[in-house]
Amino acid sequence: MAHAPPYPLMIGPIHPALKEPTMFKFTMEGERVLDVDIQPGFNHRGVEYLGMKRNPLQVLHLAERVCGICSGAHQYVFCRAVEHAANITPSVRGDYLRVLVAELERIHSHLLWAGVAGHELGFDSILHYTWKVREDVQDILEIICGNRVNYSYYIFGGVRRDVTPEQVEKARKIFAKYRKLEDTILDIFLTDPTISHRVQDVGVLTKENALKLSACGPLTRGAGVKKDVRFSWPYGSYGDMMDDFKVVTPESLGYKATGDIFSQVVVRLVELFEAIRMCEWVLDNLPSGPITSEPNLSALLMAKLRMAEGEGVARVEAPRGEDIHYVRLKKNKMELDSWKIRVPTYGNIMSWLTMFKDAQIADIPIIIASIDPCIGCMDRVTLVDSGTGRERDVDWAVLHDLSVKRSRGLMP
Amino acid sequence: MNEFLEAMIRLGAGAFVMVAVLIVSLVLKGFDRRFAAWLQARVGPPLMQPFYDIAKLWQKENILPERAVSWSFMGAPFLALVGSLVLLLFVPLGPVTGKVEGWMPLLEGYGDLILVVYLLAVPSLMMAIGGFSSGSPLATVGAQRELVMMMSYELPLSVVVLSLGWRLSKLDLGLDALSIADITSKPLWGEVGLLGVIGLLMLAVVFFLIIPSELSKIPFDAPEAETEIGGGILAEYSGNNLAMFYLSDAVKTVAFTSLAVALFFPYGISGNIGELIGTPLSGWAAFGVDLVFWFIKIELVYFFAVTVIRVGAARLRIDRLSWLYLVPLSVLSVVGAVMLYLDTL
Repeated sequence: MAHAPPYPLMIGPIHPALKEPTMFKFTMEGERVLDVDIQPGFNHRGVEYLGMKRNPLQVLHLAERVCGICSGAHQYVFCRAVEHAANITPSVRGDYLRVLVAELERIHSHLLWAGVAGHELGFDSILHYTWKVREDVQDILEIICGNRVNYSYYIFGGVRRDVTPEQVEKARKIFAKYRKLEDTILDIFLTDPTISHRVQDVGVLTKENALKLSACGPLTRGAGVKKDVRFSWPYGSYGDMMDDFKVVTPESLGYKATGDIFSQVVVRLVELFEAIRMCEWVLDNLPSGPITSEPNLSALLMAKLRMAEGEGVARVEAPRGEDIHYVRLKKNKMELDSWKIRVPTYGNIMSWLTMFKDAQIADIPIIIASIDPCIGCMDRVTLVDSGTGRERDVDWAVLHDLSVKRSRGLMP
Repeated sequence: MNEFLEAMIRLGAGAFVMVAVLIVSLVLKGFDRRFAAWLQARVGPPLMQPFYDIAKLWQKENILPERAVSWSFMGAPFLALVGSLVLLLFVPLGPVTGKVEGWMPLLEGYGDLILVVYLLAVPSLMMAIGGFSSGSPLATVGAQRELVMMMSYELPLSVVVLSLGWRLSKLDLGLDALSIADITSKPLWGEVGLLGVIGLLMLAVVFFLIIPSELSKIPFDAPEAETEIGGGILAEYSGNNLAMFYLSDAVKTVAFTSLAVALFFPYGISGNIGELIGTPLSGWAAFGVDLVFWFIKIELVYFFAVTVIRVGAARLRIDRLSWLYLVPLSVLSVVGAVMLYLDTL
């Protein structure tokens, strides 16, 4: 049989399989992927630069807008980084409540991912079902934080709002509802023949590659690597929960950790229900005391944050994986001196290259979706001169000049 | 002069049937979307949504991609629509065994089942041609998949149709084996023994599983696969070209479900209703009752063969899809045909 020559196939920057703009250049042979080149950089927003123009309390609200899904995680990790730099110790009750919201966020993020995965496979009923189920956890988040998406719940030293007994009661009711759905949801994803046909042995990330490429989050745990910041570097109340919870791998449910997308589905679903149990655990063991160690905001800002000098690094396990923030504070300077975000997707994009090996076109969307990419969080700008092929990074001065030039051009 | 008059009447009737079926087919699509929404526990669009879609698409600009072959790119949607409309002149629509004399496929006698099977391939072929000429890799992939799919389901489809015709010719009633009117006037269910009924059931299952792939619906929608190749064949189409493909798909839906009903369940209920109310229905009253019943029948076929399957499955990969038709379904159809043969012994 004669072979047709390989041809290029562009997925992106705008494509139905992508929820955010990024670019995949595939070299295809028929339906088979020969090679792939990933070109991000379509969704850079300059959040870090923006943060360096604001004081930490203002950045708190900017931080959660890094990502629409792991908004809480970004705020949490930013709080912890600043606390590290300014030597603030959060209150114990605050620490527990922080974990409560972080786990609620994990529930909604994993449910959202499950729906997106179903949609990528052409199984829209799953999308409608899981997103309907997700409404309940959004309701709890709204009850507890006052907001559905950007919670504004965390603050240096603790959290902003306390939970009332009525809220706890409502939340418990919804948790009970979720636990009833556990069997149904596991049954839908793990036994449906059309889903198994599409996710088993597809997009395999071997344990070796997962370690070599420093992947993070459910992706690595699906490959059988027990890598979870919550357990390997406990923060918040996770240290107290170590006895009752373990790192989730496909083996938790008796499946083999093969690193294919099916293992990731298993990991995310088990984590989803673990998160519900964690929330219940937090509500059961909630210590009394103040919700924050720094109740006076102006004192916090003027005395502590302004006077602080030093660097802070923190990491949390966001729903998509390890999220790291680095912050540098200067004495007598209101604004952040430096801010660096390393989001989970940034650690995971290299895994795509090995996962696409020998995939078919039909597998591309689910492989893209499987790492739960968040391009908006991840993008950095690199300009490539198309004539010389030379690449250069863009700093804020260049961007500023470009935008000034652009606005001048718009003026009559 | 008489012949000329007859031709004119047929022409007028043909135009009427086409317009009527266009409306019925869009209503059918509206029902499909409502039922799918109902199965997925959401509200869904209004029943008239397909009409609004068409009206909107018709106002939109036709965009011709830079690298497209313009004449085949622009011609394919038109020919696809024409192909599926011509199909309407040959397949039995409405109650063929109805009580109004002469209500038959309009061109009955000018073409048989073999022609219908070929006409069914025309819209798909035109979509493939349109895809190949749009000059986009996504559309090319879609067009290749469409051809692979056609090659896969043609075999079981032909086996089903031919074995039905062959069994009919063995009845010794002097019927034309492949004439649609004869097949529908003599449902095989009452004429065969137990083996034959089992064989017919197998053929019916195969035929019903071909419906969603003939209409490119999930899980057999690899040529259009929205999340993979962004609409595939339709990726570059816009405006009234897209509307024509949409209409062609809708008309084909009615033609194909109607064919399924005619081959496997060509019964009317006007007789039973007449018994029920005491006065036998005749003429146009019986016809009206059977027409409504026909619409219910094709909606039921569409509901179980397309709507239920498409909300309950993930999209199949093209290799698995092709295998499904070439191996299990082909074998099933051949076994069904053998059953029908054994029944005659």
